[in-house]
Amino acid sequence: MKKIIKYVMADILRNRIVLVYLFFLLVASFSVFSLEDNSSKGLLSLLNIVLLVVPLISIIFSTIYVYNSAEFIELLVSQPLKRRTIWISLFVGLAGSLSLAFFVGVGIPVLLYEANLTGMMMIGVGLLLSIIFVAIAMLAAVRTRDKAKGIGVAIMLWVYFSILFDGLVLFLLFQLADYPLEKAMVGISALNPIDLSRILILLQLDVSAMMGYTGAIFKDFFGTTSGMVISLSVLLAWILLPVWLSVRNFNRKDL
Amino acid sequence: MRYVFFIWLLLGATVTLPAATLRVGKGGNYPTIMTAIKAARNGDTVLVSAGTYREKNIIVDKRIVLKGTGYPVLDGEKKYEVLSIKADGVVVDGFRVVHSGVSSINDMGGIKIYDSRDVVIRNNILEDTFFGIYTQYGKNCTIENNRLTAYAKEEQQSGNGIHCWKSDSMHIIGNTISGHRDGIYFEFVTNSVIRRNTSFRNIRYGLHFMFSHNDTYLANHFERNGAGVAVMYSHGVKMYQNTFEENWGDAAYGLLLKEISDSHIEGNTFIKNTSGIYLEGASRIRVVKNQFRNNGWGLKIQASCMDIEVARNNFIGNTFDVGTNGSLVLNTFNGNYWDKYDGYDLNKDQVGDVPYRPVSMYSMIVEKNPPAMLLFRSFITSLLDKTEKVFPSLTPEGLKDNRPMMKKLF
Repeated sequence: MKKIIKYVMADILRNRIVLVYLFFLLVASFSVFSLEDNSSKGLLSLLNIVLLVVPLISIIFSTIYVYNSAEFIELLVSQPLKRRTIWISLFVGLAGSLSLAFFVGVGIPVLLYEANLTGMMMIGVGLLLSIIFVAIAMLAAVRTRDKAKGIGVAIMLWVYFSILFDGLVLFLLFQLADYPLEKAMVGISALNPIDLSRILILLQLDVSAMMGYTGAIFKDFFGTTSGMVISLSVLLAWILLPVWLSVRNFNRKDL
Repeated sequence: MRYVFFIWLLLGATVTLPAATLRVGKGGNYPTIMTAIKAARNGDTVLVSAGTYREKNIIVDKRIVLKGTGYPVLDGEKKYEVLSIKADGVVVDGFRVVHSGVSSINDMGGIKIYDSRDVVIRNNILEDTFFGIYTQYGKNCTIENNRLTAYAKEEQQSGNGIHCWKSDSMHIIGNTISGHRDGIYFEFVTNSVIRRNTSFRNIRYGLHFMFSHNDTYLANHFERNGAGVAVMYSHGVKMYQNTFEENWGDAAYGLLLKEISDSHIEGNTFIKNTSGIYLEGASRIRVVKNQFRNNGWGLKIQASCMDIEVARNNFIGNTFDVGTNGSLVLNTFNGNYWDKYDGYDLNKDQVGDVPYRPVSMYSMIVEKNPPAMLLFRSFITSLLDKTEKVFPSLTPEGLKDNRPMMKKLF
């Protein structure tokens, strides 16, 4: 298993795209921090990168990589290896290298300029999002045989999670404005890892505004240790569930 | 006229000349403070040495100086009002007043001034009192350098730190107040000065005043009070150089102005409050040279306000700069610095060339539908905000700063 992970990671890191991604993140983070006059505003701009770009790159790159390594996977399957091991090694290799790129590209500038709780939260959330979207990509790739369709599905999933979902929630909020939705909103936010990550950072960045009446409900939930543990476990579930489902699918898949 | 003067001089001389000092406690002639007060004449000094005195309710009904050395403890045993002052010109200095009675019928105080003038209460420590220092019908009294601590848990069962009712020309200076219902409470108090006080972690308001006209608030510090500071139904209020910090909650405001008119708010600092200033039904107020930093809302101006002038303030790092609840705007914004301003300055006169609209669309949405706060800073809401900036539809057209500053003002 270690050997496969090592091979996958080396293969990906040799691939120029991940290096370009790393370089882009590095330039973006440094420019954001040096352009804004106070670094907490820089963190705010970086939030958009973390919430939009990181999931996008993770999901699309992983999908394409899985399709492109179809032959390599076939070769591995012919060896005396468990399919589970192959698939999980592939996942670990992808997630590891993308997280590494994120950590170098965003984590280091953040640690240099804003090494506080908000910054740490940003790094943690970014790492989790990288891994979550690798997991989702692998599920999408294993379920669709056709490459073009698979990439399409991946893009649609990204659009759904980062744009459509919020639009739908906003629509629902206004349709059901007469009902007490505060508690339901906490549950709904668990359905989207990007939303959940955003709220965790929001509670650090806009804590004063979040202390209003409804904000207080969120703060009471997400701000406490148990709420934090629950949200982190939900994010972990967003990794484990797709991986588990994709392993099941891969085991039965006729290559 | 001359005779009157001589008579006054004679009378005054007989009263003030033999100013004796009566000692209470160890090494003194009087075992209790009450006996000393009984024996004292106007103008005498009653010197109390260290120790604990349980004398139920001590009534000071003569013009004397009551001075403690080494902070003698006056214990109300949770039953009595500790010190009642019923004479003009009394000075109370250097006591530790503890455990006053709690009553829902009488407003029992640690130290209570009844109907007197020129009273000075200074350098005392009050602990676990119901009301701390209470004044009714006081005039020209000074309350200075006292430290008041209470451990109240519920609003109904707690009193205010410094409570003034129907008083005039009061000086409240350099006190530290915490754990009461309201830190400082004024009702029908006029022409008074509140200066250099610190009021924190009180259950309700740090400072609360109603129907109190022409008062000045200077260099006070209000922090982490249940609902911040409330100023209601008054006119001629002047607030300078105060700090309002970390007042969190839906009904918590750095400064709540309700039905206030003809007032001046200058040089104050508002940090990390849910709302920096909340104005409702206020009119003719100048808000100038204040600092608004990291608040949820810098200013919330309800549509019921008019002639509010907001000029030369700094708005930095607030989630929303200004919030409002309607489209009617009768107030002016001029020459403020907004860190969210993204206009340009072609002629380099430090004034932005395009007006700044401090009310973002999302703050209007959150005002109408508070749970929507959970979607703040998501892609879709930034998109909505940007579209609104190009074609304003929800945000009030008239609410804008025509001369936004390019650089921080101070």
